[in-house]
Amino acid sequence: MGLDINTKKLKKNAFRVSKKRGLGASRIRVPGGYLNAEVLGMVQEIAQTYGNGYVHLTTRQGFEIEGIRLEDMDEINRKLQPIIQLLDINQKEPGTGYPASGTRNISACIGNNVCPFANYNTAQLAKRIEKEVFPNDLHFKIALTGCPNDCAKARMHDFGIIGMTMPQYNPDRCVACQACIKGCKSLSVNALRLENYKIKRDEEKCVGCGVCVTKCPTRAFTRSARKYYKLTIMGRTGKKNPRLGEDFLVWADADNIIKIILNTYRFVDKYISPDAPARKEHIGYIIDRVGFEEYKKWALEGVELLPETLVKECVYWSGIHFD
Amino acid sequence: MGYQLSKPDADRLFQAWTRQYDVFAPVRMEGEGCFSDTDILRYGQVTSLDQILWDQKSDYSMKEVLLSINETLFYFTEDQTTVPGGPRKDLLIFLKACDLHAVKRLDEIYLKNGFEDFYYRRVRERAHFILMGCENTCDTGFCVSMGTNQAEDYDAYMKVEGRQVLLDVRWEALAPDRKSQEPDQDSLSLPSLCQTEVSPDYVTENKEKVTLPRSLSNESFTREIWQEYGSRCIGCGRCNFVCPTCTCFTMQDIFYQDNPRAGERRRVWASCQVDGYTDMAGGHSYRKSQGDRMRFKVMHKIHDFKVRTGYTMCVGCGRCDAVCPEYISYANCISRLAKEEEVPHEK
Repeated sequence: MGLDINTKKLKKNAFRVSKKRGLGASRIRVPGGYLNAEVLGMVQEIAQTYGNGYVHLTTRQGFEIEGIRLEDMDEINRKLQPIIQLLDINQKEPGTGYPASGTRNISACIGNNVCPFANYNTAQLAKRIEKEVFPNDLHFKIALTGCPNDCAKARMHDFGIIGMTMPQYNPDRCVACQACIKGCKSLSVNALRLENYKIKRDEEKCVGCGVCVTKCPTRAFTRSARKYYKLTIMGRTGKKNPRLGEDFLVWADADNIIKIILNTYRFVDKYISPDAPARKEHIGYIIDRVGFEEYKKWALEGVELLPETLVKECVYWSGIHFD
Repeated sequence: MGYQLSKPDADRLFQAWTRQYDVFAPVRMEGEGCFSDTDILRYGQVTSLDQILWDQKSDYSMKEVLLSINETLFYFTEDQTTVPGGPRKDLLIFLKACDLHAVKRLDEIYLKNGFEDFYYRRVRERAHFILMGCENTCDTGFCVSMGTNQAEDYDAYMKVEGRQVLLDVRWEALAPDRKSQEPDQDSLSLPSLCQTEVSPDYVTENKEKVTLPRSLSNESFTREIWQEYGSRCIGCGRCNFVCPTCTCFTMQDIFYQDNPRAGERRRVWASCQVDGYTDMAGGHSYRKSQGDRMRFKVMHKIHDFKVRTGYTMCVGCGRCDAVCPEYISYANCISRLAKEEEVPHEK
């Protein structure tokens, strides 16, 4: 009896059809790339029992277990259940694996669990966004990075979330050692200068990276109590027109960013090309087609931004055109 | 005189103190640490006993209460100068034994070093110290090695032990059973108050133990360890800024931007590790390498000051070790130096 498999269903169930007939791969999403090491043992067990013993660490920080037999998918889904639960992934029915794969794993840099420069806990926010957006079949790529250094390459995603802090300066604690000025100049954008032995910050230039805070030896510079983010939009790789995401919001808050992402799902649902194969079309191309003004209208629906949030009135993308 | 009283009574006593004094103690400044979602423990004005960090060493010492980081010495206009006022109230400063020993060092520098410093004097004479004991050693301190683990010259000692508070008062103005000095106020009602024997907690052993060199030879000046530390030090000055005994300052003359004919002269904390410390007119400067700067600091803390005063400057609080971003251990440096000084130096 020949293999009779619905490949469209298989893909939505986070499996992959491979080059080798009858063999596929099982994809495990790990929001924020952050997991309890317990999961590793479970991945190992599946790989050794059902796969060829090899696992690929995916570019989006998940696992892809290679060489599994497509007829074992149901059994593998049952084996995936503890992983899905440990990583707290939204699911429709226990034991049936992942309910969608269109919205990709949300990746993140290591963030402030470890990195001295990170301005927030990237894994925590990644998990929060995951709970809001998954499962969804639409093709969305979201990445989070702790600071404007963008180690996560968030700017190559549909939504890039870049951690910022609003430097708080207490001149009474400043000794004019200029560690902040030197740090800002060598590691960041040279937004600080000394005037009358005190620091002046060029607010237009400052990218909120927080280097001044980490360099300050007296706690004259500290972080803002509120966590801020830059939201970059519609970066992408791809064959036609790869490009970096452009700033949409600067000094934004997480709640509104999540609202904008959810609004974008409605926008895509409305405007996605009816010809898109398996309803897969990069959001950026949809915006290119319908115009940024229309997108902005949808994106900002019900969004009440903080007074300090800067919104780009127009966004222009560049990138390389091969099409 | 020792006392025991209930926590609510101690709160009442403390409230009475806050009416009469500005009270400073180590507190947790949430989110103000170097890295995101980290706190800093430093001195701040407190209004309740519960704000005080009793069992942790502050990252920055008490010296910022006695010596402002920025202190305006006078304001100037075209032909006049005005000295700003001093503290309006007496100060109560909660501190640990190491820091109380450090106050002696600050006094040495600012009051007994040739002449009295007017600005330090006017704060110091209004400052009173409340000792907090150490039940357990901190991680980086080596007060036992430095003989600063016990302090005697406190105005009061206080310990919060669950629902009880122990108090030992040496300056009678702080005595809880004292008759009120203010005629319109009755004495505090502290029903649980009773007299008892109270002696401060102190540690008798640290995790960190340091051996001081018995003496320093001329060779100690050119030891290779200075080059090694010099290659690691980034010259940020944190070790000086957290140190309770570093007293150096620099001067800044500020000409107001709206009207440069008026301005002020400030003195501001300085660090012997930071560029510019030894800059002189004409562009000359001493101790250009970080190694030379570290050597100067270490020798000053354990040797040069002692030659003049008979005791070491360092009180072994260990804050410099805890704060160094490059993991340079001053404590280990001293021990290494002591070891090297024991063996004859080969030229």
